[in-house]
Amino acid sequence: MSLRPSPFHDQLESLQQDVLKMGTIVEQALGDAVAALASGDLERAQRVIAGDDELDRMEIAIEQTCLTLIALHQPLASDLRILGTALKLVTDIERIGDHAVDIAKVAVRLDAEPLIKPLVDIPEMAAVVRRMIRECLSAYVRRDPALAREMIGLDDQVDHLYSRVFRDLLAEMIESPDKTRQGAYLLLVAQYLERVGDHATNFGEWIVYMVTGERVDLNA
Amino acid sequence: MAEETLRIEVRQLNLFYGQVQALRNINLQVMSGLVTALVGPSGCGKSSFLRTINRMNDMIPGARVEGQVLLDGVDVYGTMDVASLRKRVGMVFQKPNPFPRSIFENVAYGPRIHGQKNPAELRDLVEQSLRQAALWDEVKDKLHRSAYILSGGQQQRLCIARALAVGPEILLMDEPASALDPIATARIEELVHQLKSQYTIVIVTHNLQQASRVSQHAAFFLAGELVEAGTTSDLFTAPKDRRTEDYLTGRFG
Ligand SMILES: Nc1ncnc2c1ncn2[C@@H]1O[C@H](COP(=O)(O)OP(=O)(O)OP(=O)(O)O)[C@@H](O)[C@H]1O
Ligand SMILES: [Mg+2]
Repeated sequence: MSLRPSPFHDQLESLQQDVLKMGTIVEQALGDAVAALASGDLERAQRVIAGDDELDRMEIAIEQTCLTLIALHQPLASDLRILGTALKLVTDIERIGDHAVDIAKVAVRLDAEPLIKPLVDIPEMAAVVRRMIRECLSAYVRRDPALAREMIGLDDQVDHLYSRVFRDLLAEMIESPDKTRQGAYLLLVAQYLERVGDHATNFGEWIVYMVTGERVDLNA
Repeated sequence: MAEETLRIEVRQLNLFYGQVQALRNINLQVMSGLVTALVGPSGCGKSSFLRTINRMNDMIPGARVEGQVLLDGVDVYGTMDVASLRKRVGMVFQKPNPFPRSIFENVAYGPRIHGQKNPAELRDLVEQSLRQAALWDEVKDKLHRSAYILSGGQQQRLCIARALAVGPEILLMDEPASALDPIATARIEELVHQLKSQYTIVIVTHNLQQASRVSQHAAFFLAGELVEAGTTSDLFTAPKDRRTEDYLTGRFG
């Protein structure tokens, strides 16, 4: 029995390329936001904030394509899962993009004021969640549920770093009340990054579903 | 919601037309209270399989069946009398095939040969069957006109009424809507939906959207084999077998 290519499957393929592109942009935006925060680079922070409109447009375009393909082709089996997954993934990707913007806004609020102390754990958290996003994207294009599951394992590191940041910042703030404002902002940043880890985990679960048809809850 | 109980159990069924094997080692369970759809490419054996359930293949010269078809645990290929089997298992075909008689006679025919002679009871039964088939309102004023004046969709509902009139428990439908327009098709689908609580329904369809709309269980046939069966939702969203996947995604060349 031979497999037949079809215009519909070409459209599905290009849809997945769009999801990948959006994911790549978001991963970059997150890196820029955290770097802008660590270095007090306001211009870089503004670029991240300005970039969000483009991401929103991409999200809407992908959703529209998914709905159109579902309506016109009434897909089943893996075709249906690819479309259902794309609809879910763009939401998670868009939320990650929002958090990149949130972090960039903190950078703007802090207005390049000297930091309490050099950021260590926050950039490390950012590095882990960015790695999660990159692995999501490669698991997505390679249709590799094993990689997706492995990636989800990284979320423990994120949670661990988050509690450490939380504890340390709290201690700083109690000790020197003049650091409270900055400490509160940095706490928010850590919380955004922790949420990004959760979105990456969702992403990974959807990849497992897309490839295997099994719905899993891997961060339970 | 009707009870879902095991109604038909097919075990290791083989069907031969002369030397040619048309069905290979089929195992399938059909539950009452829901609709089971049979899907698969043309020539894969769906109609042949349906006919093994009410022994319609017996009429085909050279056809031979091996294995068991258990109806409520009793093998239809055992001592069961074929006439009473056919009374319990009604069938509706792809092309509406009314008899060249009146609308009334089409429906009354079956009960009459099964011994219903009382005219008043017969009239009630005809009305009730036509109502069940959602046709009564359209034909109640012309019951004694020829069945051939009806539209294709009406004729198909007449055939369903005719099948229901003998009081079957099981309804086999072989592509009952494939010759109908979308509106007539929707009426048949609606009807299947209404009938499913009272009958065990097995429906063959080429239309996957139709299968997903009307059925709760589905089975995929390919080249005489039953590849995969399960709930329609599982089969259509996450089939386990590569061949089902390729068929559902239209990748078969
Ligand atoms: N009466 C018969 N005598 C010999 N071979 C037959 C007979 N009826 C069917 N076959 C063969 O058995 C195989 C299965 O046919 P069947 O009609 O069951 O397929 P189907 O799945 O219903 O196809 P379709 O979707 O086109 O109706 C086919 O190869 C067909 O040629
Ligand atoms: Mg057929």
